[in-house]
Amino acid sequence: MDMTQNALLMKISEAEFVCVELNLYLNTHPDDEDAQADYYSYSVKLRNLIERYEEAYGPLKNFGHSPTMTGEWARSRWPWEV
Amino acid sequence: MWIYEKKLQYPVRICKPDTRMAKLLMTQYGGPDSELAAGTRYLTQRFSMPDDRVRATVNDIGTEELAHWEMIGTMIYQCMRGASREDIKAAGLDGYYTIHDCGVFPVDANGVPFTTAYIQCTGDPIADLHEDLAAEQKARATYEHLINMTDNPDIIDPLRFLRQREVVHFQRFGECLSIVQQIMCNKHAMSNAAAPYSRSAYSK
Repeated sequence: MDMTQNALLMKISEAEFVCVELNLYLNTHPDDEDAQADYYSYSVKLRNLIERYEEAYGPLKNFGHSPTMTGEWARSRWPWEV
Repeated sequence: MWIYEKKLQYPVRICKPDTRMAKLLMTQYGGPDSELAAGTRYLTQRFSMPDDRVRATVNDIGTEELAHWEMIGTMIYQCMRGASREDIKAAGLDGYYTIHDCGVFPVDANGVPFTTAYIQCTGDPIADLHEDLAAEQKARATYEHLINMTDNPDIIDPLRFLRQREVVHFQRFGECLSIVQQIMCNKHAMSNAAAPYSRSAYSK
């Protein structure tokens, strides 16, 4: 895994962490409009980062959530193999 | 339905074998307060939760626990990777090796295999949420014990992340408990409002 790939994966993890955290917060505070707005903006950011990653390095998700025709899913490295 | 994302929630990169810590980390893979216990506990309790906010919380924390289970599995795998037989014997993992080689199997730090007796689902949201609050604190304490047992920064860093998640989950489960208590209070108030009729029925 090269440096650029790693850096992009780290950015995805950061945006995703914000989304996980806000998602859990919003579950018990569903009417907090500031948190809703942050959740929306980080969700869009996360989607864009994942699209950028997948265009360069192949699918990140299975079962049709990362459109691909190349069979790269099985061949790309598993996360414990770093 | 779950979708797999081919990445860890938080990066784990343990470069050198550390069989002593592999053995200790197993407690969070298959022990009583492990991520496996947490994930299965919440994902099975969610069916009998009485409120949408609580169901969402239990479902989503249960899902996050599976990502933590994967992180711990990765840590054990990387701590065992390339270990010599001497390392394995010195760590007291010779019994484990005899059964599992370097496979990652859910046992605790003493080799006791995982059992669902570690978890409960009473169908009573008050009882279940109290168990969940306790589980988060027990896991937090276990992470602190694990951090105290090593000075390997590659191991401490992800353990600190996992410890912090226990604190956040505890906070969210506390809010769930308040929500459920409020619902039950309201029900109680409604049944009290109907009480004069039942009292008169008794007094006859």
